[in-house]
Amino acid sequence: MQPSYLNVFLTFARNSLIRDMSFRMNFILQCVSSISWAVMNFGLFKIIYQHTSSIGRGSGWEENEFFIFLGTVWVINSLVQTFFMANAEEFSELIRTGNLDFALLKPIDTQFLISFPRINWAQLPNGILGAGLIVYSLIQLSNDSNKNLQLSLAYLPAFLFFVACGAIIMYSVMIVLSSTSIWLGRNQNLYTFWFYITNFYRYPMEIYQRSGIGMALWGTFTFVIPILVVSNIPARVLAQPLGTPWKTWELLLAGYTALAAVLSLVASRWVFKRALLSYRSASS
Amino acid sequence: MAARVMTWWTFFQISINERLVYRGDFMLGTLMRFLPTLTQIFLWWAIYDVISTNMAQGNENPNGEIAGYRYGDMVAYYLLVIVSRAFSSMPGLTRGIADQIRSGEVKKFLIQPVDMLGCLLTQRVAHKLVYYLIATLPFALVFWICRSFFVDGWPPIDVMVVFVTSLLLSFLLGFFLEACIGLVGFWFLEVTSLGFIYMLLNFLLSGHMFPLELLPGSIGAFVNFLPFKYLAYFPAAVFLGKIRGTEMYIGLAVEIAWTLFFIVLARVLWHRGVKRYSGFGG
Repeated sequence: MQPSYLNVFLTFARNSLIRDMSFRMNFILQCVSSISWAVMNFGLFKIIYQHTSSIGRGSGWEENEFFIFLGTVWVINSLVQTFFMANAEEFSELIRTGNLDFALLKPIDTQFLISFPRINWAQLPNGILGAGLIVYSLIQLSNDSNKNLQLSLAYLPAFLFFVACGAIIMYSVMIVLSSTSIWLGRNQNLYTFWFYITNFYRYPMEIYQRSGIGMALWGTFTFVIPILVVSNIPARVLAQPLGTPWKTWELLLAGYTALAAVLSLVASRWVFKRALLSYRSASS
Repeated sequence: MAARVMTWWTFFQISINERLVYRGDFMLGTLMRFLPTLTQIFLWWAIYDVISTNMAQGNENPNGEIAGYRYGDMVAYYLLVIVSRAFSSMPGLTRGIADQIRSGEVKKFLIQPVDMLGCLLTQRVAHKLVYYLIATLPFALVFWICRSFFVDGWPPIDVMVVFVTSLLLSFLLGFFLEACIGLVGFWFLEVTSLGFIYMLLNFLLSGHMFPLELLPGSIGAFVNFLPFKYLAYFPAAVFLGKIRGTEMYIGLAVEIAWTLFFIVLARVLWHRGVKRYSGFGG
């Protein structure tokens, strides 16, 4: 019998919500702290924009455009932390303790089963805040008489599509990272490593496009681990830092993002399967 | 007295060996710590680039600085803050103390002639020493690569002395400040959230996130009165010559005062807490 993936997912979501709600104070504090990080970040860039008109010469990332970018980063971060982060960590733990045995025995796809059991609802408010920041900055931007922002509702599906691509890429990176714990025995630094990697996508990619090291970083994080396009492409759809119509390279990069999402998902599936082959349980 | 020294010495040795087990992981971790600095370098480069272009066009911001920081100063600041944090950050201290109180492990300090805070301090000193031993190499490498950001070169010797002193004090300040938060566990069993809030405040108020000069006037003045700035900002600002002369020595004196304050506070909390404590079970 085919298991109903949707029903299983909804049950996971419900269970996680019940669990979050039974430690309500902890839940609220988690919300508050993740929102505080975001607000502090916002404050830093508010200060920076008092001193400069844009980030990167001629890049078009002026204040309102950049805050659309920042909002997009929050949305993607929140998606990743809500749906994937806790599960990736749990997966490492399952490998270390040998409890992965039980997941392997269940009559459902193992990758699905380890990917979604825990949904961290407390990280969701951050994404809502990000969406709010995007909307607010868009209004500011369209009221700016110096800018000629061409925006219609047609952009929303495109934005959501590229956000989804971004989330898929981040999910794949995470699955690959946590699969390595099968070979390494344990991967304590998963969260740290994730923090260091996401550091790169928090800023417009133009800042790297100068000097040899910068270009090397840009190339690595665009074509090897495609995390720069995760935030940059959806943000560009709405902020249009260089106006419309898009330049050829922007179009190419957008097409590449969709391709990268598919490729990284396939790659993560492959790595996951390979890793499972090397799994040798533990203790018992 | 000799017995006492022997006890501390044993704790010290155990902690050192404990740390040396994972040295490879350690060195890699230290190098990784500089990755965010890499993005900072590029971010601020892009920002200062625009400022200097505007300057050439005769627009606002006449000297291409942000709150008195040139581009090199800004990057150097972030690098120096990592050094400050290497002294003042105490990962797991608050949590450890609170856990010991909650689980009842703290009882062992009530029956043994060993002081809990002293024991923890010895462990920290050992851990930090091992850390410096292993981390010096990656630190030196990164600073050598980044030497061009230190526009003014090495500071004069008296500044260096204050810099090193403030770093050592920031270790003590960080230790006793976090110990105090952990000891609050005698009153509230769950201090994880308190530790979280502390971490958050610390990130902003210590200058870990950005130089405190960037804060708007009134907030900046307020933050200057708090102890947090000695955990990251102060040593870096001294090194870069942002705080100099009398102001520098006053700052150092205030840091000493804060350190003494938290040492005393930790003692008081410990004694009050132990009186309040009731151990159950095993």
